[in-house]
Amino acid sequence: MIWEVFRRERKGQAFEHAGSLVAPDAEFAEAWAREQYGRRGESVGLWLVPRDAIRDVEDWSDEFDLKYRRVDGYSIKARLKEARERASQPREPAHG
Amino acid sequence: MNEHLSRGNQRMADRAETLLGLADDELVIGWRDSEWTGIAPMLEEDVAFSSIAQNEIGHARAVYELLADDADALAFDRSPSEYRCAPLVQLHLLDWAHTIARRWLYEVADEIRIAALRDELPVAAKIDREEVYHRLHAEMWHERLRDEPRFHDAAVELWPYALGVVLPEQRAELSTRVRLDEVEAVERGIHDEAFAALHEEMTMVRRSAPAGAQW
Repeated sequence: MIWEVFRRERKGQAFEHAGSLVAPDAEFAEAWAREQYGRRGESVGLWLVPRDAIRDVEDWSDEFDLKYRRVDGYSIKARLKEARERASQPREPAHG
Repeated sequence: MNEHLSRGNQRMADRAETLLGLADDELVIGWRDSEWTGIAPMLEEDVAFSSIAQNEIGHARAVYELLADDADALAFDRSPSEYRCAPLVQLHLLDWAHTIARRWLYEVADEIRIAALRDELPVAAKIDREEVYHRLHAEMWHERLRDEPRFHDAAVELWPYALGVVLPEQRAELSTRVRLDEVEAVERGIHDEAFAALHEEMTMVRRSAPAGAQW
């Protein structure tokens, strides 16, 4: 049985995939993961997930060329600058 | 008054003797179990087993430091006959069934003797917190293998040696815990040829460099 091991390096950080191990059950998986991913104090938490429990999503369709949904090349720098300047101007009274 | 004093001295000498035995056990079982590094039956167990072996050597150091200023000198500068380790940990075991049976018997014995030291020795509680994981590991193997004849035979064969790890007054408890009838123990103080070879290897680096060499 293959177990995927996720490791939290410091409190408050997200768990990240650390690797996998082969173990016959959860108890062995825990004992082995403790030593393999925690013996040097490199983890404050582990998640052990049987690989079978993972829903694998790998197929994506791109039939209609979805490039237009991407934002690369669309610079908002200048627009942001403009907006900031506008916001820092004293406001004209609504009724003159 | 004098009698009282000498009884106190005797008690301290006994305590030092017990601690030296404990430290030597930890050093030698750590060394013996390390012999599986790279060749244990499964990669995951290889890493775990080696890691536990390293912990045991760390426990040996902690206890040597209570007994002497220089833990290395105590660990490596004695002659083989001066070591107080139990014959159980000296055995050079070449199969996994015996190795796991020894690890399990040793952990149960170790728990009993550490518990007896806990109140007066702060480091005992510290060691015990790490031993919790060693015991889980040993118990996990024991639970799965106890009905296997190979494991059972190995445990029975090693049982008289395991009794030698604990003090005579702790043996009844050990017997109850591992569910084996008390037999005559193989006591400390016996060193075979395998131990001489282990000592030779263990002290090789130390002997190759002048005392106080920094690594």
